[in-house]
Amino acid sequence: MKPLSSRPDLSRRRFVQGVALGSVAAGAGLLRPTGAWALNSPGQPVVPAGTDFALDIIERSVNFTGAARPAITVNGGVPGPLLRMREGSTVNLRVSNRLRVPTSIHWHGIVLPFRMDGVPGLSFDGIAPGESFLYRFQLRQSGTYWYHSHSGFQEQNALYGPLVIEPAGPERHPTDRDYVVMLNDWTDEDPARIYAKLKKQSDYYNFAQPTVADFFRDVREKGLSRALSMRRMWNEMRMNPTDLGDVSGYTYTYLMNGAAPAQNWTGLFRPGEKLRLRFINGSASTFFDVRIPGLKMTVIAADGQDVEPVPVDEFRIAVAETYDVIVEPREERAYTVFAQSIDRGGYARGTLAPRAGMTAEVPPVDRRVWLDMRDMMGAMPHAGHDGGHAAMPGMDHGNMDHGSMATAPAVHHARSEYGPGVDMRVDTPRSNLDDPGVGLRDNGRRVLTYADLHTVDGPLDAREPGREIELHLTGNMERFMWSFDGIRYADARPVHFNAGERLRIVLVNDTMMNHPIHLHGMWSELENPDGRFQVRKHTVNVQPAQRISYAVTADAPGRWAWHCHLLYHMEAGMMREVVVS
Amino acid sequence: MTIHRREHGLIPSRSAWLIALLLVLVLPPTVEAQSAPATSGSTAPMAMPAMPGMDHGEMPGMDHPAAPIAPTATDMPALEPPPTLGMPKAPMQGGRPPADARSGDYSDGIVASPMHAMPVHASSGLLRVDQLEVFHGDEGNGQRWEIRGWYGGDSDKLWLRSEGVRSGGELEDGELELLWGHATSSYWSRQLGVRHDFGNGPARSWVAVGVQGLAPYWFELEATAYAGAGGRTAARLRVDYELLLTQRLVLQPELEVNLYGRRDPQRRLGEGVSDIQFGLRLRYEIRREFAPYLGVNWTRRVGATADYARHDQRAVREWQWLAGVRFWF
Repeated sequence: MKPLSSRPDLSRRRFVQGVALGSVAAGAGLLRPTGAWALNSPGQPVVPAGTDFALDIIERSVNFTGAARPAITVNGGVPGPLLRMREGSTVNLRVSNRLRVPTSIHWHGIVLPFRMDGVPGLSFDGIAPGESFLYRFQLRQSGTYWYHSHSGFQEQNALYGPLVIEPAGPERHPTDRDYVVMLNDWTDEDPARIYAKLKKQSDYYNFAQPTVADFFRDVREKGLSRALSMRRMWNEMRMNPTDLGDVSGYTYTYLMNGAAPAQNWTGLFRPGEKLRLRFINGSASTFFDVRIPGLKMTVIAADGQDVEPVPVDEFRIAVAETYDVIVEPREERAYTVFAQSIDRGGYARGTLAPRAGMTAEVPPVDRRVWLDMRDMMGAMPHAGHDGGHAAMPGMDHGNMDHGSMATAPAVHHARSEYGPGVDMRVDTPRSNLDDPGVGLRDNGRRVLTYADLHTVDGPLDAREPGREIELHLTGNMERFMWSFDGIRYADARPVHFNAGERLRIVLVNDTMMNHPIHLHGMWSELENPDGRFQVRKHTVNVQPAQRISYAVTADAPGRWAWHCHLLYHMEAGMMREVVVS
Repeated sequence: MTIHRREHGLIPSRSAWLIALLLVLVLPPTVEAQSAPATSGSTAPMAMPAMPGMDHGEMPGMDHPAAPIAPTATDMPALEPPPTLGMPKAPMQGGRPPADARSGDYSDGIVASPMHAMPVHASSGLLRVDQLEVFHGDEGNGQRWEIRGWYGGDSDKLWLRSEGVRSGGELEDGELELLWGHATSSYWSRQLGVRHDFGNGPARSWVAVGVQGLAPYWFELEATAYAGAGGRTAARLRVDYELLLTQRLVLQPELEVNLYGRRDPQRRLGEGVSDIQFGLRLRYEIRREFAPYLGVNWTRRVGATADYARHDQRAVREWQWLAGVRFWF
């Protein structure tokens, strides 16, 4: 069974490989030794743990594409410096704004008092030009996190960096070397221009749309009626099966630790060593599918929280997620760390090698696969066993429960979901977690899914949720409108959590895009379809036409942001204020 | 389009006006109802045949006969709707909220942070010159423009539309429209505004009301009715489509039909359908914003308008070759 796909033409799409020599020009380099992405790597510069940090937000000229462009940086670096801290300590971070516009830094995934959360308009007023703000909080967690601006489009302008907290006790998985691998999407364009273009023409960056040539190829291969029928529903609904991302490699250069593919970030190892790689997706708008051909990766943490180890070949990392993996290269050779974008329009790439300068083959990007019926309609009730299977490949493996699929959980669309801002609603969403998502299904590799993730030690709070809040992820791609329940942030009332309560959040994705939903200040404890604890996360990706639920303990009084972490969706209004009181 | 001519002919001015009004009033519910619950279709059977792709049932893809499934299960493409599945009856698009629809308000009366509203990007704008072209036809050479622009937010926009023709070195026909557009459903907006005609003959001004949007199968559609001084009426239907030959090579057919409620000898317009234009433009998007094109345009003057043309010894039918650029900001 071959899903419909096409090989994206990277050269025509102008995917930017970057220039080999480009990098940050003349950085101030206060805290950042060059290329220090190692927490532990014998013979290499290593970032020490600290409690006091001075972070200057400064504009710097960078050159990833052959053109010098302004970036908004922390201490001059892209990404900003690796901040290494220790669990239990109280940290002081003085952030000074050297820009001409207000700025902010949000500590993504860190549980802290809401005044320290760094969201202008909710936590504080933001940091005015020329002023500084002292963030001070105690660390009650460990693991891999990151930080980024929460002001306007600054996150797309490179105001981000990794943040790693060492556990107070011993590491659960001691390793010989320990590297951060931060993935980002860089553009030479002004992000406000990108947003404006999407408003004018939402498929502006999509250069892999169905064409007449595709149609005739399908007619030739599958027959006329099949070629017509596979397009019919999309056309009738005015939906695009290639709408995998808003912004593509047409404008993006994908970075790995601040290095374009041609620059080739390299992490050193000696054969036989155990390496920990801390993947962080700090992109504004790009999902990556990560693999290291020739190496099995053992996932040991998700969003900073330790999970039962899972060996995989590949994982999809949603925007704002982090995954820690262990690899054990045994051969005296280079391995490519390959992170292709979800739309297959480009990739970030680096190398693990015994010596600097070595390279391994860079695999071609996979074929671009169209969204399929389950991305539009979710879990279609099965009338007959054969029928369902025939039409829905990939759903007949794993721990898929066909009985429960036939009785998809009831969804409750909001009254406000019937307006111009919503282009579809899913009545029978799928709730299984064992689907790796479009483009990764049945690709012959062992791909991580949320069903594989089990947080070590179970939930933080054993109470059964006392109530349920259902929120639908909504949008209109044609108009580039994004919202929850059809109401954009600017028009929405806050969501109230009662202080101390344990409640269940139900998210139903009424769109055909993935949305990584990030709740500030409190953990999102993802549940399996039966309502049992699965994994603790700060950012939960909800696939198209999927229903997921997670439990939250409202133990953090204050005003918090809750939003889709795709920057342009958030800006369009896919966000809520949460008040815990 | 054809149905209007068939049913109402070219004769009475009142009926032309009626058609125009119907077009406007009937179109939005028809279009929106294509996915609406049980009531769909009943509102506007008349306009249906005229609208491409609008004659489908309430749930697209759900009207498969319950054919037995071929045993070659592995060969079925994932994109096809599974034929035998008992699909949900509720629509995925459009419609009205059921009485028991959920409230999206979880505020418990708590008000937003005073700083809550991010004052960002509330408005945006577009100015698109769809056609800026020279043509060569049976009646000689000339130039043509067609412009669309808007400025505003998600729900309400100020629209600008203009089109016109120059030939023989002078402005033959031009018009400018200014409309307020209000989004009424996922793909449709209603428009209200004014139109001003200039060029040969006396200038005319109109009040305009219409709909604009995207029909199933990606047809861009504009239907507008006009009322002018002295009981003058007019209507226009415009449909276009973009066929992607490649990611950058786009073939764009376009159909425009004009109707007038009464004759206007000074502007050489008869009553009823005055003209039908069909254009075919092949553009290459060097960038999304900039695309040169080549094309043809076929014009057919109809009825009394054709009589005027014959009297003026002008062509009733005309083919034109054209070349131009499409660009936007």
